[in-house]
Amino acid sequence: MHYLMGVRIDESELPYSDEEMEASFARVGAVNDEMKAAGVWVFGGGLRPSDSATVVRVENGRTAMTDGPFAETKEQLGGFYVIEVDDLDAALAWSEKVAEACRVPIEVRPFDGIA
Amino acid sequence: MVELRSAASPDPMDLTEVYRAEYGRCVATLTRLLGDIGLAEEAVQDAFAVAMEKWDSSADGPPRNPGAWIVTTARHRALDRLRRESTREARHTQALLLQTPDETEEVGPVRDDQLRLIFTCCHPALSPLAQTALTLRLLGGLEVPEIARAYVVPEATISQRIVRAKKKIRDAGIPYRVPGAAELPDRLAPVLTVLYLVFNEGYTATSGELVRTDLCREAVRLARALAELMPDEPEVLGLLALLLLTEARRPARVGPSGELVVLAEQDRTLWDRDLIAEGHALVRRCLRRGQPGPYQLQAAVNAVHTDGPATDWTQVLALYDQLLAHTPTPIVALNRAVAVAEVHGPEAALAAVEALDIPGYHLLPATRADLLARLGRTADAVAAYDEAIALATNDTERGFLTTRRAALVP
Repeated sequence: MHYLMGVRIDESELPYSDEEMEASFARVGAVNDEMKAAGVWVFGGGLRPSDSATVVRVENGRTAMTDGPFAETKEQLGGFYVIEVDDLDAALAWSEKVAEACRVPIEVRPFDGIA
Repeated sequence: MVELRSAASPDPMDLTEVYRAEYGRCVATLTRLLGDIGLAEEAVQDAFAVAMEKWDSSADGPPRNPGAWIVTTARHRALDRLRRESTREARHTQALLLQTPDETEEVGPVRDDQLRLIFTCCHPALSPLAQTALTLRLLGGLEVPEIARAYVVPEATISQRIVRAKKKIRDAGIPYRVPGAAELPDRLAPVLTVLYLVFNEGYTATSGELVRTDLCREAVRLARALAELMPDEPEVLGLLALLLLTEARRPARVGPSGELVVLAEQDRTLWDRDLIAEGHALVRRCLRRGQPGPYQLQAAVNAVHTDGPATDWTQVLALYDQLLAHTPTPIVALNRAVAVAEVHGPEAALAAVEALDIPGYHLLPATRADLLARLGRTADAVAAYDEAIALATNDTERGFLTTRRAALVP
């Protein structure tokens, strides 16, 4: 099964110091390598802060764009992974490792099929 | 859902009992065969509907092994149903079913199925209420209204939780297996909690009558199954011992007119000696392992209560000291205070009780009331009883508190 692991970050705590960033990169990099070595890695990446987002809507044939994310909440999607594992227990075990490395909560969601 | 108390049935109790006893293990086995809890339930319910007609009209009555009969019939019904559907998923499930031979009396795999199902129902990705409701529904075979009554929540809430939990199990890929050794400590805890809560709800029902024997029996049955399956887990044995030793005293706990009888006033000849012997043996087995945990310690307390003609309160207090160090909750502290009263007197116990705050918990003012009465502070005791009576939701307990209060006011 494919699972999304969404990294929830509190943007009000940004930016991190250089040392924090480096340490975090090292921890996350190690988990990423572990996922690749275990053959569960499909895709993963960090996102620019939510103020770089644009929301696109098409209503009645007209396109409207708004600056910024869907919702201006404190917690935003900071990045995500897509992994392929047997079941939720395996996905939860990887999420635990990612949550430890990123030091933020991870939301795990199963895909309803993939294209 | 199958209506078991059909008017046409000459002996509806038989089938109801078979249903209670066999529903859980049949659903567990069918879940393994079909790979889906919802399909398994439908198939088992279909089979019970067939049983209701067949067993009634047959001169022989129910078959010798009703569970195996239900499993076989459910498998055939599931196959029929799947043959009518032509989806890829249905064909896949059908193939799985055809590869599996008829099972009649294979005890081992059936037990494993139940264990798998307990761990699936009590998966930490499900909410605590969903865990309990699902366990009672799938393994206990209790109907939604019964579960709703037991937990004093609307039926719609329970059925919604069950539906959502089953959907999450399927959609999120919650596995149908016993967790590996590394995960087991984390995963066993919610299973033990659910069984403990089910028993407790049965032992002192939130509303109505004091005891709901069906819930108690179900919790004991599941705990026994768990202990048979995991004989090396001391807390599993501890939980089973705790439930057995508590269950053993149940016949003495309610008097002839339905009133509550406290431990000190219970007729010990009414206690179930076999259950006590079994519980004591389990506690001794736990002691030898030397890895005490909260359930083992509570079981040990109950072993002391049921050992000899009277309780050795010094031992009980020592056990509660250990339990409090392990689980420092106000409820444990309150129970410890009861032992303090017996060993060091009501004054010392009252000081401990007055330091506690457990909002909405009737046994806190009830214990305070008893201690105040023993200290001769009648007016304060009456006020504390009033507080406890207002908080108690169970009729029998409320009746007990009212009688105690009345005895103070001449």
